[in-house]
Amino acid sequence: MGHTRSKDKDSEVIDENLKRVYQDMLDEKVPDRFLDLIAQLKSQDDTSTEGSAT
Amino acid sequence: MSSDPRDEIVQHLPALRAFSLSLTRNGAVADDMVQDTLVKAWSKIASFEPGTNMRAWLFTILRNTYYSNRRKAGREVSDAEGVFTESLSEKPAHDGRLQLADFRRAFVKLTDEQREALILVGAQGFSYEDAAETCGVAVGTIKSRVNRARARLTELLQLDDDDKLEMTDQATMAVVTGTSPSAR
Repeated sequence: MGHTRSKDKDSEVIDENLKRVYQDMLDEKVPDRFLDLIAQLKSQDDTSTEGSAT
Repeated sequence: MSSDPRDEIVQHLPALRAFSLSLTRNGAVADDMVQDTLVKAWSKIASFEPGTNMRAWLFTILRNTYYSNRRKAGREVSDAEGVFTESLSEKPAHDGRLQLADFRRAFVKLTDEQREALILVGAQGFSYEDAAETCGVAVGTIKSRVNRARARLTELLQLDDDDKLEMTDQATMAVVTGTSPSAR
């Protein structure tokens, strides 16, 4: 067994698992609280920048 | 440029949450970090250069917030083990499912800096340069963190010796002989 080859194989196994774990997290639904927060930030903005030319 | 770059933020929410959870290993802390990041990003949008990597910019705000909190607390969030794994739903049985749970347990044992570097480069697909900029360190530092993270995982998952091969052999043997392989 070539050592380098098995090391590459290890990295492959690690990255494969890493991507699956990460994908699971990406697939989670974004809670409404964040969309609400963005909407709130947006509306605050609209009020405070009213009249300014941006 | 007539469009507000902030309109783009919502597209990065899933990635921001995933990065936050990888870093904090705790669902509640992770979401608090995301919330802080959104508020900061909103007010600091002038410091974002349109046309550059917004995801990296958001990640930078999040990780800076996290490390600044960690410094104030004087320690890493330590109750992480188990929380990270429990806060994620397990995919239905497939090959390698056990291995995935093992992987998560090993992953949470890495240092914050190692997890961060490995996620950015290995999972999120950032270039070493983007990862280095996100973390505010040299490219060489990111490379060495990624290498150390991989080496540590290899050690924790015992991939570095012939165990994997041995296990395969044992499993094969079990099929052939009808006995179950001995528990490790």
